[in-house]
Amino acid sequence: MIKVAHIGVGISGQEGMQAVLSSDFSFAQFRYLQRLLLVHGRWSYIRMCKFLGYFFYKNFTFTLVQFWYAFFCGFSAQTVYEDWFITFYNMVYTALPVLGMCLFDQDVNDRWSLYHPQLYAPGQKNQYFNKKAFVSYLIHGCYCSLIIFFIPWASMNDAVRNDGKDIVSHPSFAFLLQTCLLIVVHTQLSLDTYYWTAVNHFFVWLSTIGYFAISVTMYSNGMFYVFPSSFPLFGAARNTLNQPNVWLTIFLTFLLCILPVVAFRFIFIQLRPTINDKVRYKMRTEELTAPAPRRLLRRRSTRSGYAFSHSQGYGDLVTSRKFLIKRPLKMTALFTQTDSSIFQNQPQHYRTIAEEPQSP
Amino acid sequence: MVKQESESANRPDNTAFTQQRLPAWQPILSAGIVIPGFVLIGLAFIGIGVALFVTSRSIQVLELDYTGDSNGSPCSSCSQSVVTNCKCSLNFTLTTLFQGPVFFYYGLSNYFQNYRRYGASKDDNQLYGDLSYFTSPSSSCSPYDYDSSKKPIVPCGSIANSMFNDTFTLTWTVNGTTNNVPLDGKGIAWWTDYNIKYRNPSVTPLKNAFNGTVKPINWAKPAYELDASDPSNNGFVNQDFLVWMRRAALPNFRKLYRRIDASGDYQKGLPAGNYTIDIAYNYPVRAFNGAKKIVFSNVSWMGGRNEFLGIAYLVIGSLCVVMSIVMLIVYAKFKFPDEE
Repeated sequence: MIKVAHIGVGISGQEGMQAVLSSDFSFAQFRYLQRLLLVHGRWSYIRMCKFLGYFFYKNFTFTLVQFWYAFFCGFSAQTVYEDWFITFYNMVYTALPVLGMCLFDQDVNDRWSLYHPQLYAPGQKNQYFNKKAFVSYLIHGCYCSLIIFFIPWASMNDAVRNDGKDIVSHPSFAFLLQTCLLIVVHTQLSLDTYYWTAVNHFFVWLSTIGYFAISVTMYSNGMFYVFPSSFPLFGAARNTLNQPNVWLTIFLTFLLCILPVVAFRFIFIQLRPTINDKVRYKMRTEELTAPAPRRLLRRRSTRSGYAFSHSQGYGDLVTSRKFLIKRPLKMTALFTQTDSSIFQNQPQHYRTIAEEPQSP
Repeated sequence: MVKQESESANRPDNTAFTQQRLPAWQPILSAGIVIPGFVLIGLAFIGIGVALFVTSRSIQVLELDYTGDSNGSPCSSCSQSVVTNCKCSLNFTLTTLFQGPVFFYYGLSNYFQNYRRYGASKDDNQLYGDLSYFTSPSSSCSPYDYDSSKKPIVPCGSIANSMFNDTFTLTWTVNGTTNNVPLDGKGIAWWTDYNIKYRNPSVTPLKNAFNGTVKPINWAKPAYELDASDPSNNGFVNQDFLVWMRRAALPNFRKLYRRIDASGDYQKGLPAGNYTIDIAYNYPVRAFNGAKKIVFSNVSWMGGRNEFLGIAYLVIGSLCVVMSIVMLIVYAKFKFPDEE
């Protein structure tokens, strides 16, 4: 008896519901297992690993910036960001995009996943989230935090606005760092997302624009009149975002964090393409002629998928030689079935197999 | 054929959303985008870097340290003794015209205005003119909320208490005559600070609002006498006070003191010649190894002089171009994807 497994799958059917009730997944036909593993299982693994990796990365970046600031504020635990940003960062500004990536991301679509079962191997080998991957996310977060802190630090050293007034006050420096951080982490998410549905677009743009909208609203005159001491960044957005040197700093920080990632990924794809990269490229170039998955022929089958030992069985069916009738098979004939669901990128209707009436 | 009727109750939804077939954009890092992208970004950065560097080079800055921490340095007499109202002078010479508009900053080093307890030590409601907070300042101001005789301090807190109180006058000596250079102190703080964030209590005369309160311990004059000659610069909306209250993010900072008034001889800036700054040295910094300095600077579209941005853009731009060449070589050699 199998006592240890990653998931338990139950087949529901004529043998009762006991397997279904005690399993993680259940379906009606054994052949659905292929899709469960090669498509959904694989996607689930990839999504989970991307989500975890990105989540650790964005929080390392966020927190390590505070760490570097400690060296410049007398180790007094002064936060470099403003309190409301810290509250909203994980709950509002970066929550939805990650959710979108985690729910919808696919690196290759379902029929290519079935056509190339080798894509399943990284999951078995635990390649996408292990100690080495975790350390790489940590180092990446550390690098980005260094850039996000020290580039504004260096460019704001003794800096002033273009009308001579102050720009390196704590509120404006905090706002600059917040903006840099958010733009960098959202762009990193955009690089990690391979499948941009409308929902992903909406979430990412909503979060980025929402940050500016919320900042402007929270630090507006109206809010200040109601709560004078709750929003210390009052006036910071207005007085910093109209300065070219602030935008140039943000631009430099953002590109210095993102371009190495792009360059590394591109070079690794060229030098050491993984099976995923190869299939994705193939999918892109051969998009219109996606092959059908190698399946049982879509014709009425007189065979049944069930094996029963307690009933008479299908001996009569087998010996009637019905299934040995040779039909003119041409592989190409399959693809010219324009009403076939595969061809038109339609969902595949899994038809139930009608049982032949048992002959007593 | 397909039996649809009896199984349709259990059949899962067959929509694009539930079956994960939503139409999507699937970008790939292809050579056609990455390599030209890097080249374009590199060239753009180099262009911006050159512009920034040239602009930064054209900005004139003059820094004069007057801490007086060693014998022979300016104002050393004032720093060593504990004399109040010590006066000292700094002389400097300009060989060329210092282009206007010229800004006069004071700079402090090793001064942690970003210290957490320091930064929390103020009462925004008081500074907004709310009289109820005059009699009971917020506890975040402690220990600078009540003085030893339990009277409320207005404005309370450590930031207000440590306000910078050196004063400067600038004179220009040419052809034997000494002229006072006019300094303009209007509009040196943020517009939002002056007009919205800080308000005087609406009591006239202002002095009456401060009945029953005392001035901060380190201040020479109370808040309503910060500029008795100009009511729009008095009390909490005093420009120097606002500039000081906008606490700096880094330990070495400069704050705007005055602008050189562009009138008369100084329309184009500070002409060449000998200058003297007379300083009322009140602010002690030597106890914590701080330093004080005076900075004259003009500005451009990118603010004050900062060569870092220009150099950074140039360096990153050239690195981008180099990387694009490297990637082109890698791509040309390995030419993926060709094989399965």
